[in-house]
Amino acid sequence: MSEVYDILIVGAGPGGLTAGIYGSRAKLKTAVLEKGRPGGQAATTMEMENYPGFFKHTSGPGVMDEFLAHAQHFGTVVLKGQVTDLDLDGEIKSVTTKTGETYKGKTIILSPGATPRTLGVKGEGPLRGKGVSYCATCDADFFEELDVVVVGNGDAAIEEAMYLTKFAESVTVVVIHDEGVLDCNKMSAEKAMKNPKIKWIWNSVLEEIQGEELVEGVLVKNIKTDEITELEVNGVFVFIGSVPNTDFLQGKVALDKWGYIPTNDKMETDIPGVYAVGDARVKVLRQVVTAAADGAIAAVTAERYLEGHVEGRVTPEMLQKLNK
Amino acid sequence: MLELSKENFDAEVLEAQGLVFVDFWSPKCEPCMALLPEVEAFAAKNAGRAKFCKLDTAGNRRLAIAQKVMGLPTLVFYKGGEKVFTFDKEALEADGMAAVETKFEELVA
Repeated sequence: MSEVYDILIVGAGPGGLTAGIYGSRAKLKTAVLEKGRPGGQAATTMEMENYPGFFKHTSGPGVMDEFLAHAQHFGTVVLKGQVTDLDLDGEIKSVTTKTGETYKGKTIILSPGATPRTLGVKGEGPLRGKGVSYCATCDADFFEELDVVVVGNGDAAIEEAMYLTKFAESVTVVVIHDEGVLDCNKMSAEKAMKNPKIKWIWNSVLEEIQGEELVEGVLVKNIKTDEITELEVNGVFVFIGSVPNTDFLQGKVALDKWGYIPTNDKMETDIPGVYAVGDARVKVLRQVVTAAADGAIAAVTAERYLEGHVEGRVTPEMLQKLNK
Repeated sequence: MLELSKENFDAEVLEAQGLVFVDFWSPKCEPCMALLPEVEAFAAKNAGRAKFCKLDTAGNRRLAIAQKVMGLPTLVFYKGGEKVFTFDKEALEADGMAAVETKFEELVA
């Protein structure tokens, strides 16, 4: 327990693991704490073809296994635990896990990631795990020969909808925009539009999920006409963005009003020696490649901090600007 | 842990008298794989106090659906063939295996 790491990383998604690679290769004593299985949200998606160099027969879990092996190869220690408390003041910082273990680091890189956002409609909570899902790779198998609805139209929604067509009888995507308008990348949009198993409902939102013990149907509301249509489905897959996993950081580092961690371009937070990377950071594009870039920058910034370089900081003024 | 399938599920779970624990999982489900070592440790630690089983839903999806399980991971306690408590993904993410152990002690007593 007396071990003090040079870099202690919280969260082993792509950002945290890349920080591990860079930290270890700089010969710094580097450890990453992970509450579940390494890989973050990227490890829950089968369809991943936008990480440079990985486009043939690769999957989210496959690429993330490579990240993990890479970090461990250079000496990153992988620890298991869910961080519930942190002491970020002073030169030696510490984090405490749910099971009571304490780990110490001269610098901390926060890589807590994000969790899928829920719809907040009637029936969603009680039918979670009974037809309502936020993880296509976890649950797609159940829907062989059954009908499912997908809510959302960003990259995740459209890519997972295509993945689901390999299992489900039909996949109906409920899109809030006008016909033909999708928020996802153009290549995925074109592919999905051509997929005969995907049906589209435009200008609409999900109003309610129905079912006793399992999902039996949904109510879809057209936002232009207010017309409500009943749809018989066995599954509802929700991909409407994410919320940052930063509850445990409240009062520890500055967060914006949505709970994201603001940093400057060196990944510095408002606390010296504490950095943030990945999906939980304030940023424009949340992807594996940007998380990895964050991780590399944070590790290098941490290295410079350990060498005694003066660093910048997120200031209250910056935070105020963000919250506008 | 005892591997369940459609062949032995009724006999081992629904027709069993005592407390039976079932881990519904699939190798494709990353959260399930993350949880598996802890589930196995929990089963090993309490061996003999209840029956500990796991069901790979990949080849047994109709069976899982019949048990009203359509999301993974799901951990279920059965007693006298009846479902007595279910932990879904959300509950497991929030409280982990500690909550399962507490529930187990309550049910096994």
